[in-house]
Amino acid sequence: MKINLSLMGALVGATLLFPGSASAACEAITLGSAISLTGKYATNGIHAKNGYEFAIQKIKDAGGVQVDGKCYNFNVIYYDDESKGDRGATLAERLINQDKVQYMLGPYSSGLTKAIAPITEKYQIPMVEAEGASRSLFNKGYKYLFAVLSTSEQYLASAIALAAEKATESGKDPSSVRVAVAVENDPFSLDIRAGVLEDAAKFGMKAVVDEKLPRDLSDMSAILTKVKLLKPDVLIVSGHSKGAATAVRQIAEQNISVPMLAITHCEAADVTGKFGAAANDVLCSTQWAETLSYEDPLFGTAANYYSEFIAANSAYQGKKVPYQTAQASAAVYVFKDAFERAGSLDKEAVRDAIAATDLKTFYGNIKFSEAGNNIAKPMVLRQIQDGKYNVVAPSAFASHKLNWPRD
Amino acid sequence: MDQIAGNISLLFQFPIVNLKIVLDGIMIGSLFALAAYGLALVWGVMNVKNLAQGDFVIAGGYISWWLVENGVHALLGVPIAFIVMWGFGWFIYRVIICRVIDRDLFTTLLATFGLAIMIAQILNLLFGSDTQSVDLGYNTLYFFDGFIDVPIAKLIGVLMAGTLATGVIIFMKYSRMGQAIRATAQDRRAARVLGIDTDKVYSFTFSLNAAICGAAGAIIVMVWIIQPFYGITHSIRAFVIVTAAGLGNLPGVIAAGLGIGALEQYGAIIFGIGYQQAIAVLLLLIVLIFRLSQQRRVRQSLQ
Repeated sequence: MKINLSLMGALVGATLLFPGSASAACEAITLGSAISLTGKYATNGIHAKNGYEFAIQKIKDAGGVQVDGKCYNFNVIYYDDESKGDRGATLAERLINQDKVQYMLGPYSSGLTKAIAPITEKYQIPMVEAEGASRSLFNKGYKYLFAVLSTSEQYLASAIALAAEKATESGKDPSSVRVAVAVENDPFSLDIRAGVLEDAAKFGMKAVVDEKLPRDLSDMSAILTKVKLLKPDVLIVSGHSKGAATAVRQIAEQNISVPMLAITHCEAADVTGKFGAAANDVLCSTQWAETLSYEDPLFGTAANYYSEFIAANSAYQGKKVPYQTAQASAAVYVFKDAFERAGSLDKEAVRDAIAATDLKTFYGNIKFSEAGNNIAKPMVLRQIQDGKYNVVAPSAFASHKLNWPRD
Repeated sequence: MDQIAGNISLLFQFPIVNLKIVLDGIMIGSLFALAAYGLALVWGVMNVKNLAQGDFVIAGGYISWWLVENGVHALLGVPIAFIVMWGFGWFIYRVIICRVIDRDLFTTLLATFGLAIMIAQILNLLFGSDTQSVDLGYNTLYFFDGFIDVPIAKLIGVLMAGTLATGVIIFMKYSRMGQAIRATAQDRRAARVLGIDTDKVYSFTFSLNAAICGAAGAIIVMVWIIQPFYGITHSIRAFVIVTAAGLGNLPGVIAAGLGIGALEQYGAIIFGIGYQQAIAVLLLLIVLIFRLSQQRRVRQSLQ
């Protein structure tokens, strides 16, 4: 009799614990993310977090994630990694071991992603990241790391192709083009440099200036003096927002005329707002622009994403929505799509579903290589023309013609 | 190696560039010199090695930037930053420095180091981690076929720095308070015996230092860029300059500041811009080795 009673008790308990799928509200799928809310990456870390949150809200409004006939909403546990790699790694361990998170969203920056990826790999936790573009993330054989953005060596490489195109147009050989490169000494910018120099070598171009900018750059007049003396045809600068601001300001101050100037982080540095006309004809690389004609059923067109995001986040009113936000939203969208296709919450099934992603989104097409990087989306080059960012390359997406030469 | 040789040959190929480098260096160095001057004061008078020196500079920059964002003219930002940072310095002295000033070297270092981290993080929370700058929108003067460029904004910055430094030197030489500060620096006990309120002198010195840094920062934001975590760069430069010049030598501090500015520019041209600051630190090492080898115990005082 005693055995029977306890059996019955267990049965009753079980029915109480699992009331079936009849409940009206959606259950939660918990994602984890260590992201920079303070420290040097705070600005972009917060942009990324806002992108995550916007997508989560959007999915919720659209009826949640449908997994095997049940409805779920995403819920993210955020920790502040203080823009420090060791802190990021510790927090990833904490998310996985203490909070029992089974799926991760990425941090901001390649450096932080590099610190966290070995941890998620060790515990076999699928991580979709949107802010780490270093190509060194994708040659380590990671199986649980996926990135929706283009890798960093593609960032400014298209400027080289553009310079070659212009050289041919004006009747010169592309190999006569002389390139100057000034990049920060960090993994991201060094990849950009590698991509640029690789492409330059393909055309037989010569790099006449090739320098590393310090981490706390605030003066690059020495490099610009060299540029003035050596007169290269293309100048490539990558040093996050400080590099962009310093380059634009000092190029105008020193009256440097270089036919093509391509930099990263134009928007983060707000070069149009701060330096006005000095920023004209600068080429800026971007992962995404709201004028591109991508669309998907959840967010609508890129332009639609842009206006809805601003409507939902009053802090962005009158400002630009950076691509960091858009790609963060795209990462959440990848998770939604993968969960639905997997039809299960099992992390291995979800991992395999992510690997098989072939998705058209407002952010661009997403399809992962074996290594986990997105191979379906090109980088975009925009030129600042009269204070506006106009897409000029690659020509398939270009809405405007390139102003060349600069000045 | 090839690149270094190529860079050096550039200097000979275009001799006019040397003039530009020296001018650039002096314009930048004058701003280093301001912060270093403040450090020399605090170090010499109070024997406090203020690791938050650079963060005072950045805080001054943010005050000016914030004012400009709110419609105040950028040049007014300099005196306002001076006054606000004076108050801030006085507050910090009352709350933190006066409690640690009699302790050992390690305690003051630790306290000011903590202060540096605090200021950087507070600025980050208030203003975000983006780089900021103020564009005065003034023209640039060009000489020698445009090889030499002197942005008027930089020129104004240098003039303001020069005026401030001269003002402080005159004040130290001739005013009653300046004399009291120098007396306290020479011998604190003797000064006390002769009726100088050393606590007042200390709080005045520390406030003056913060104010000088604030004004320097307000100028820097007009010619360069600032970011909440740039303080350490300015701190290091200030320490290098003061160590190189020697504590008791305030005009020397200014000369050393200008010299380091020019040397850094040369280093950046020859070895690449990544080594710009390494030059300053290398110089510090050489000076320290030289000083140690001299092994002379000179009693230093503020002049």
